[in-house]
Amino acid sequence: MTTAISVAGLTRRYRDQVALDDVSVEIAAGSITGLLGRNGAGKTTLLRILAGQEFPSSGSVSVLGGPPAENDHVLRRMVFVREDQAYPDIKVCHALRATSWFYPNWDAGLADSLLADFGLPPGKAIKKLSRGMRSALGIVIGLAARAEVTLFDEPYAGLDAVARQVFYDRLLADYAECPRTILLSTHLIDEAAALFESVVVIDQGRVVLAAAADGLRGVATTVSGPVLAVDEFTAGRPVWNRRRLGSQASVVTVGQLDADRRARARSLGLDLAPLTLQQLVVHAAGWPAAPEAVNLEGTNA
Amino acid sequence: MAGLDEGTPLFGQVAERLAAEIADGGLAEGERVPSTNELAAYYRINPATAAKGISLLADDGLLEKRRGIGMFVAAGARRRLLAQRREQFAERYVRPLLTEATRLGIDGGELIALIKECGREQFTDTPGGVTV
Repeated sequence: MTTAISVAGLTRRYRDQVALDDVSVEIAAGSITGLLGRNGAGKTTLLRILAGQEFPSSGSVSVLGGPPAENDHVLRRMVFVREDQAYPDIKVCHALRATSWFYPNWDAGLADSLLADFGLPPGKAIKKLSRGMRSALGIVIGLAARAEVTLFDEPYAGLDAVARQVFYDRLLADYAECPRTILLSTHLIDEAAALFESVVVIDQGRVVLAAAADGLRGVATTVSGPVLAVDEFTAGRPVWNRRRLGSQASVVTVGQLDADRRARARSLGLDLAPLTLQQLVVHAAGWPAAPEAVNLEGTNA
Repeated sequence: MAGLDEGTPLFGQVAERLAAEIADGGLAEGERVPSTNELAAYYRINPATAAKGISLLADDGLLEKRRGIGMFVAAGARRRLLAQRREQFAERYVRPLLTEATRLGIDGGELIALIKECGREQFTDTPGGVTV
């Protein structure tokens, strides 16, 4: 694998607060990677450092073979679309033209067709756009730049489900036409999960998971059914979460289940459901359980 | 992710969908299989995932690569897939049926009568359908 982004021992401190704590991660060239984690986990700080907009307190960062900060050779091959990007007081078409001067691979035809897809009027002043339309403008810039490294930081604030689907479809279509390294941070994990070739999960400034997305499915399974059967089936296996309601129990168990174990579950009358990427991230990052889960928890004496 | 289940590896699901289409005759032997990018766009998945699904079937000899053109359904693929499904029939359909019947206290005689009744309803007008 060729590496597009390489980070080693990266730490970023703000006074007494540690935003990134000894982060080491590599992103393969030409892959779409999901950067996942709670708000405040350190996703934006990492992306800003990758984009050369912030400096590490310690550790090393390499993008396309060099340090990004004040490095024109790297920055022209990289685009960073941030959440709630601020723009100067100009029209949409002027913002696009100004951006096009900076990016050697800028595709004006693609920008026009994306504007049409999002219903974004080119002659409108940016400050008169809604929040969602400003996000759409960021997405247009991020895709039309056709930069070797494309960083999206929660790019869809204020965009409705239909517009987000337009984003996913156009991202995949353009990636197919022009493969490049894309790093997308999001908290809408379930709806974006299928886009990712690999995922990096950050929690409290640390990387808690970095793996191929496909390998994560089936890593953990929710086993549910009668309490006694569930207990028998999960005995001696690592368990992440245990819930109970009356005579029924639901337990998240870690590890792949082979055909014999599945047959055993069936004969015990148990239901098996693999964890989705979103549920897996919730557990892997040690996030608090959803409120309805908290109510049920602790009843299992 | 149009119409794909949560959970099981996506590339496995892509392979299953293609295999089902070949078995049902929707993709004939010798016909070109959708490309990685076509599958990615249709199912809204990463192209690498779609490629893995295709190569799963290719490794199995169900698809064959024609250099510079794409992937095609191999000769004999349909027959092999149908044989596979036949082998899995008991495990996938009969056993769950028996488990649920036991749970409900439906005995063997009752179950066979039920199957006959459903068979008559479903297959009266279907030539070549199951006769029980």
